[in-house]
Amino acid sequence: MRCRKCSAKAIIRLPRHNTAFCPPCFSEYVTDQVQRAIKGDRMFGHAEGVAVAVSGGKDSLVLWEILSRLGYRTLGLHIDLGIGEYSRISQRKVEVFASARNLPFVVHSLRENHGAGITEIAEGVHRPPCSACGVIKRYNMNVIALQHGMPVLATGHNLDDEASRLLGNVLHWQDDYLDKQSPVLPNSHPKLVRKVKPLYRLAEREIAAWAVLQKIDYIVDECPNSVGSKMFVYKDALNRLEDAAPGTKHQFYFQFLDRQKARAQVSPIEPDLRECVSCGQPSTAEICSYCKLVGTLQREAEPALKVLK
Amino acid sequence: MKILLHHPPREAALKGPKKVLQVLRELEILPDTVLVIRGEELIAEDEIVNDSDTIEVRPVISGG
Ligand SMILES: [Zn+2]
Ligand SMILES: [Zn+2]
Repeated sequence: MRCRKCSAKAIIRLPRHNTAFCPPCFSEYVTDQVQRAIKGDRMFGHAEGVAVAVSGGKDSLVLWEILSRLGYRTLGLHIDLGIGEYSRISQRKVEVFASARNLPFVVHSLRENHGAGITEIAEGVHRPPCSACGVIKRYNMNVIALQHGMPVLATGHNLDDEASRLLGNVLHWQDDYLDKQSPVLPNSHPKLVRKVKPLYRLAEREIAAWAVLQKIDYIVDECPNSVGSKMFVYKDALNRLEDAAPGTKHQFYFQFLDRQKARAQVSPIEPDLRECVSCGQPSTAEICSYCKLVGTLQREAEPALKVLK
Repeated sequence: MKILLHHPPREAALKGPKKVLQVLRELEILPDTVLVIRGEELIAEDEIVNDSDTIEVRPVISGG
């Protein structure tokens, strides 16, 4: 198999683009796709600071690497979920990566802030761990990014993440989630960051391949709480479709984005935001979902957790 | 050949030589969901894996 660009020996085939690349041409392709996303979707400019949500997995470390190579001013944000060995290894990957490149980062520890890890917190508030985790991550990432003067928050969501999330939302006709599923979410309030997904044009496998080629050491293990997650089911379904008809995932997500743009021009989406009466952060409800979660935790779970100690 | 698999970590063995794509088909793994690594090198799906080789089949799908 030969590189379609320079005919050197290829190391990866991209069936959805009907092409194959050698390491240097593949690396160029990956960087181009990220630049195309940043510039084409007007995600951010060189004058703005970009907070990067880093878990220690392939997507977030690849994102951080590319943004810093492209000369953007970045700050890594890592949330220590307090899930035993998995969290320790994840944080270690982030620390080693950052110190080798002299990149700044901050760690927000759930145990330090709530006295418990995400698994106990989720049990305490009677919610699935991934849903409690999402609420806590979104809230803290936003607050910490703005505290450090970063108006933009970049996450490592890739084409597979977005296509599978779209499939899930369509299967359940989650209309309000469909409106929010975009690679750029403008900040609709001064206390909110602009949220961007610069890797949305790249497949999960392309990102992992780039990480291996660049010798980026990331955590291969999965979050223990994600076992049995619906996302795996949707991804598996899409990968079977992709295997039978390459390009399916790409078409599914990109055609959705085209339709979304057309709809937004007709009736722009204006979220109705006020400030949470408890913490002052923007929210669509009187009390924001983070304060609701923390409130439940304090009322129900913390006395029990204290007894455990 | 020796094949190192993840989730959960385990080993498998197949007779070589065989193309990467063939190895994946025999293990019933979709090529788009993994990377195949020999030593520290990524290898393409038309590459031959010899009987004396050890390869890692690394999943690329995460739950996020
Ligand atoms: Zn080339
Ligand atoms: Zn609040």
